[in-house]
Amino acid sequence: MINFHVNGRAVQFDGDPDTRLLWALRDTLQLTGTKYGCGIGSCGSCTVHVNGKAKRSCITPVSSMAGKSVTTIEGLAGTDGKLHPVQQAWLEHDVPQCGYCQPGLIMTTVDFLQKHPEPTNEIINTNIDNLCRCGTYVRVRKAIHRAAELSAREK
Amino acid sequence: MRIKSQASNLREPDLSRRRFIIAGATLSGSFLVGLPLLGLADAEKASEGSSRIGYFINILENGDVIIGNHQPEIGQGLRTTLPMLVAEELDIEWERVRIESMPLGIVKTADGYTWKYGPQGVGGSTGLTNNWTHMREVGATGRLMLMQAAAQLWNVPLEQCTTRPGQVICEAAGKSASYGELVRLASALPLPESSPALKTMDDYRIVGKAHDNLEVRDIITGKTKFGSDIQMPGMRYAVILRSPVLNGTVAGFDDTATKAVKGVLDVFPIEGPAPGAPYFILAHGVAVVADSTWAAIQGRKALKVEWTQSPNREDSSEKFWKENLEMLSGKGQIVHDQGDFPTALAASSKVIRHTYEVPFVSHAPLEPQNCYAWVQKDKAHVIAPTQSPSGASRSANAVTGIERDNIEVEMSRSGGAFGRRLTTDYVAEACIISQKTGWPIQLVWTRDDDMRNDFYRPGGTHELVAGLDDQGKVTAWSQRLASGSKYYRRPDMPDEDLWKPELYPDDFPKAMVDNFRLEYFHNFIGLPRGSWRGPAHVVNAFVIQSFLDEIAHETGQDPLALRLELLDRVEQQPYSSHGGPVMTPGRLSRLLKFVAGRIDYGRKRPEGRGVGIATHFTFGGYAAHAIEVSVSSEGNLTIERIVAAIDCGFAVNPNAVEAQLQGGTIDGLSTALELEITVRDGQVVQKNFNNYPLMKIKSVPSLFETHVMNYDDTPTGVGEIPVPPAAPALTNAIFNTTGVRIRRLPIADQLRKKMRS
Ligand code: FES
Ligand code: FES
Repeated sequence: MINFHVNGRAVQFDGDPDTRLLWALRDTLQLTGTKYGCGIGSCGSCTVHVNGKAKRSCITPVSSMAGKSVTTIEGLAGTDGKLHPVQQAWLEHDVPQCGYCQPGLIMTTVDFLQKHPEPTNEIINTNIDNLCRCGTYVRVRKAIHRAAELSAREK
Repeated sequence: MRIKSQASNLREPDLSRRRFIIAGATLSGSFLVGLPLLGLADAEKASEGSSRIGYFINILENGDVIIGNHQPEIGQGLRTTLPMLVAEELDIEWERVRIESMPLGIVKTADGYTWKYGPQGVGGSTGLTNNWTHMREVGATGRLMLMQAAAQLWNVPLEQCTTRPGQVICEAAGKSASYGELVRLASALPLPESSPALKTMDDYRIVGKAHDNLEVRDIITGKTKFGSDIQMPGMRYAVILRSPVLNGTVAGFDDTATKAVKGVLDVFPIEGPAPGAPYFILAHGVAVVADSTWAAIQGRKALKVEWTQSPNREDSSEKFWKENLEMLSGKGQIVHDQGDFPTALAASSKVIRHTYEVPFVSHAPLEPQNCYAWVQKDKAHVIAPTQSPSGASRSANAVTGIERDNIEVEMSRSGGAFGRRLTTDYVAEACIISQKTGWPIQLVWTRDDDMRNDFYRPGGTHELVAGLDDQGKVTAWSQRLASGSKYYRRPDMPDEDLWKPELYPDDFPKAMVDNFRLEYFHNFIGLPRGSWRGPAHVVNAFVIQSFLDEIAHETGQDPLALRLELLDRVEQQPYSSHGGPVMTPGRLSRLLKFVAGRIDYGRKRPEGRGVGIATHFTFGGYAAHAIEVSVSSEGNLTIERIVAAIDCGFAVNPNAVEAQLQGGTIDGLSTALELEITVRDGQVVQKNFNNYPLMKIKSVPSLFETHVMNYDDTPTGVGEIPVPPAAPALTNAIFNTTGVRIRRLPIADQLRKKMRS
């Protein structure tokens, strides 16, 4: 039995401890906002936060979650529905096309901005490697800069 | 390997004919669209009067209006753009609009099935154009009926009534009422005989203005349900181990270890098509059904399958490219011949000839294929990310035998599609598994399933030949192509028609060059193929726009001037394939001059920097790119700046057009830079993004301009139009910078190799 927290809620997982966190979230907890894109850690669409840090859940066994705290896209906005600054920036720039990669990109960006609160294009280029098949990168870049601005304002 | 097509009752939407055909459409061939639609709705609705006017409009008492969407959403923004058309004519505030999804609507008639809501399906960049009139008429008719209701209520002549957003008003009588107050009355009125006149451009309040995606909030909070997110009570998960070799079949399997995996519930073989035969499903394999995705995947890993010897086991990319060259050294099928090409070529002062290779590529939508299906005794329910809901219905019917009126098909949002979801092989698979087990099934495709079981964009080898007079003017032109046709394995497809999806005779430079010939050779490699965003336009634009630059270079002409000289030769030309009936070369010139101006094309650049341009007409729309690159002495390429322009006639939602222009450009560049599907020993080599590396944000320059340039008041498609010119603009820029001509895609490490040697 593995005990951990997801979006502030205590959960217990009693299946195969080798199950990837992605599938535990999606199939068992029915949190389908976290997406499967590659299963090998290369696309980033399965990104969640584990103890506040971005992690690719498709390669993370649920056994390593014991005692940890997971945040998924569903838990990012405030309980009052107030969007996280990164989501707000995404909304303002109307970033998504098909939208499939976007939860992962948003979770990646939240963590990225914690480490790089004033990102340059260069810093974005070397740190953000999520794949977007629809090619929303032009707006993603703008939204990251905007999110940095909004986050600074919130502080 | 050469196998004749066999007959099959599978008919996929034929993009080149620009229609979606429902098998057994009414004999007259007419579809129930526009007003008859509302008529059908009329017959169904409650006699008391309801909040609905027809199928598409639902007006709530609080003034919110729910607009039905009957088309697939694959990232092109149709679920925002189509409601804009309804809202415009209905005359409501955009802020009041909500949308609801409509399922596939088909109606059985004496002549077969026909559409209930109008044709449903997206492909060939027709999602907007097919619904442009229909959706506006739906809105305008709704508005008229609301005004009729008000006129009746107030006992005033209809002519005295008009609307302002959400309200009918009659100034003469000093009356006004909200749509919410009037809708029950309106919905009970008889239908107008014909649609009222539609607004003209000057009257638009919503159409033509940038609107954000209506669903963006759901997407960024993780609420949106894609196909793979569908979860139903009692649902089980399934995966299939498909033959790794093209056209391999199951000789036997050992599932002892699979059945020992906790959660695995059932294991059984799935039969695929005969080699070369048309297909509902792509491959033979063994299905593993489990109570979770993880268990299904683990169970599949433990399977031991013995495969038969496939007739395609020796297929390889190496062999394919070699055979193409061998074919090109002989005589092929002349599929277009105008003027007298051989004589003109013989009489020309200079002959230029180059060969280009464009690889097979995969669609690789970020959401792999998947399908929810529950097949019961005499009914079925399917929810799938699909571009072709009627194709899904036909596939489900074909494999289960259940009547199509008893098959409910819903479309989930698609995590990308790019042409992949025009085929519904995964729907057929899910239905087979559900019927066999009796369970509701979510069929999961892993990334490697998706990449190795695609309908790939055909690869091919192109030989371009041009004859020039002593002024450097092009007088003769031919394109000779050896490729694996997209029509391979189409039912009832004669060999002599295989060229049709690969070469479009009406394309540039037909009208500009008197002596023009197209020649085709078919290579029967066993890779399945299909429509990939922009199909052959992407391929041919690369080849033709590269060759034009080569001609310019070898004759000392300016590449821009050479293009303009050719484009200016005719004002307008008939265009018989999809995108016609005419093509106006001046629209290409306008874009080309514009992007060249923006990037300052003629300016001399420092060592290691250069620019390239290209333009192309695709499916009715026009696009051009100018790209600036830098290349280091080591051959490292950086895209420094992109100027992209599109003329889609009239941009209904400029925000969505801009998104497609950005994404389409990136798709073109991403594919040209690194992407290729190869075959070894009859197996697709690429399995995941580690060896099929899509472009990342680091390769997209921050200097990226998009220009959406209207031309008239009629929209053309958008989704595919920006892709074709991107790659040749890039390779022309590379040549301009380094003198290295890229004649084979992808670019991959060619530059580094050439610059270092
Ligand atoms: S699904 Fe985890 S990185 Fe792609
Ligand atoms: S928006 Fe479609 S993959 Fe990113």
